[in-house]
Amino acid sequence: MTEHIVSAFDTDLKDLAGKLAEMGGLAEKLVADSITALLTRDTVLARKVIETDRVVDRMQQTIEEQAILTIARRQPMAVDLRAVVAALRVSNDLERIGDLAKNTAKRVGAIEGDFRSPKLFGGINHMSELVLAQLKQVLDAYAQRDNVRATEVWRHDGEVDALYTSLFRELLTYMMEDPRNIGFCTHLLFAAKNVERIGDHATNIAETVHFLVTGQMLADDRPKQDETASTPIEFRE
Amino acid sequence: MSAMTTEADMNTQAQAAVMPRTDEDAPLIKVTARDVNVFYGDKHALKDVSIDIPERSVTAFIGPSGCGKSTFLRCLNRMNDTIPIARVTGRIEIKGQDIYDPALDVVQLRARVGMVFQKPNPFPKSIYENVAYGPRIHGLARSKAELDGIVEDSLKKAGLWKEVQDRLQDSGTGLSGGQQQRLCIARAIAVSPDVILMDEPCSALDPIATARIEELIDDLRQNFTIVIVTHSMQQAARVSQKTAFFHLGVVVEEGQTDLIFTTPRDKRTQDYITGRFG
Repeated sequence: MTEHIVSAFDTDLKDLAGKLAEMGGLAEKLVADSITALLTRDTVLARKVIETDRVVDRMQQTIEEQAILTIARRQPMAVDLRAVVAALRVSNDLERIGDLAKNTAKRVGAIEGDFRSPKLFGGINHMSELVLAQLKQVLDAYAQRDNVRATEVWRHDGEVDALYTSLFRELLTYMMEDPRNIGFCTHLLFAAKNVERIGDHATNIAETVHFLVTGQMLADDRPKQDETASTPIEFRE
Repeated sequence: MSAMTTEADMNTQAQAAVMPRTDEDAPLIKVTARDVNVFYGDKHALKDVSIDIPERSVTAFIGPSGCGKSTFLRCLNRMNDTIPIARVTGRIEIKGQDIYDPALDVVQLRARVGMVFQKPNPFPKSIYENVAYGPRIHGLARSKAELDGIVEDSLKKAGLWKEVQDRLQDSGTGLSGGQQQRLCIARAIAVSPDVILMDEPCSALDPIATARIEELIDDLRQNFTIVIVTHSMQQAARVSQKTAFFHLGVVVEEGQTDLIFTTPRDKRTQDYITGRFG
């Protein structure tokens, strides 16, 4: 893209993009660490995730302030306006992703003394890998303004939803098998829900990238496969 | 949605999900220009300009200095006729009538197409006379009372009545810059023109006076067709419904203002409105 006549405007936009890249990297790391902490029941790592989430929150504030200042100072138009609005939206999603990772990390302490079979972790492990890959790809797509890769992420969120639905059923089965599993599995279920929500935020970012590149909105009827809200829970004697 | 959906289906869905880019329901067209070319001696100032100007709305012309936007504006009331070396070709119609028809009375045309300039230029006469002048020479009022009515109505429409109603006999040149500009607008609308042309009407005004003129333009578009040339892109975005971007004598892009300033199609438009060249 050609540079602005006012070079300070370019500096503002580059600075904003740099801060978002940094925030994206940090949010990604929080998600990865929170899952590792859960799978290995590493309470030290979990505490670190909880602490670091504050940094992500502060970054979101900084980005918001800087974006507002850029709008006030430069009155951006067209692609520049979309870049600033996209920065606001993406930083919001990243902040929520940080919160969800923190919530997962908090549950590590709760299940510490109540560990059950490692086979219970299989589903959430697989789902997390998928979501982390989605998050990484969408952040790359955002940094490179790559609408094709962003749209791929948008399309593949259905797989995450499907995994979550099957994990939900699986955990229900464990709980029915042995009521002593209930506490542990409930925490796992919430952690899985966090991961699924992180996938949704990745999809939001994909929609933002599409808007940033094309100036058009992706209508919100992408394929959804999270059926847990309508899944009946029957207790079989 | 089943989990068996194919990749190709997904592609179609993603495409269908994109909201279509539509223009608003087409309004009535007041001014039609086709293949308009303007030459100043050897200089080819406007090249094949074709544009429709919808009625009862504001159309903005933007573009860097020397791009031809003012030249085109001046074609619309044949102001270029006053420049000996200027030559205009092509066709311009207002309400279906060819305004370059040799049989057309140019004085009548300029009554139908009013103009407001960059610097307010009231006549060195009273406020009343500034507004009454046009209707009087065009014989629009049959009595003094009727003329008084036109003056009051025009000043009210121009948002100036409350400020000047007690001093209509004071000189127009004694008003502030913003008031003078509104007086010139009152003078333009006193003859009930079909179109009002505004050539950078706010560039000599402070921000408050500018805001008043912009508010006025928004009111006036209920009754008038307005064409405004402005160097302020923010102003064009604020006041107009349609925008045309001129560059090097051609209309690079024209369309709904909302789209021009959010998702311009042409790279030159994008570069100009985002401050990348000018």
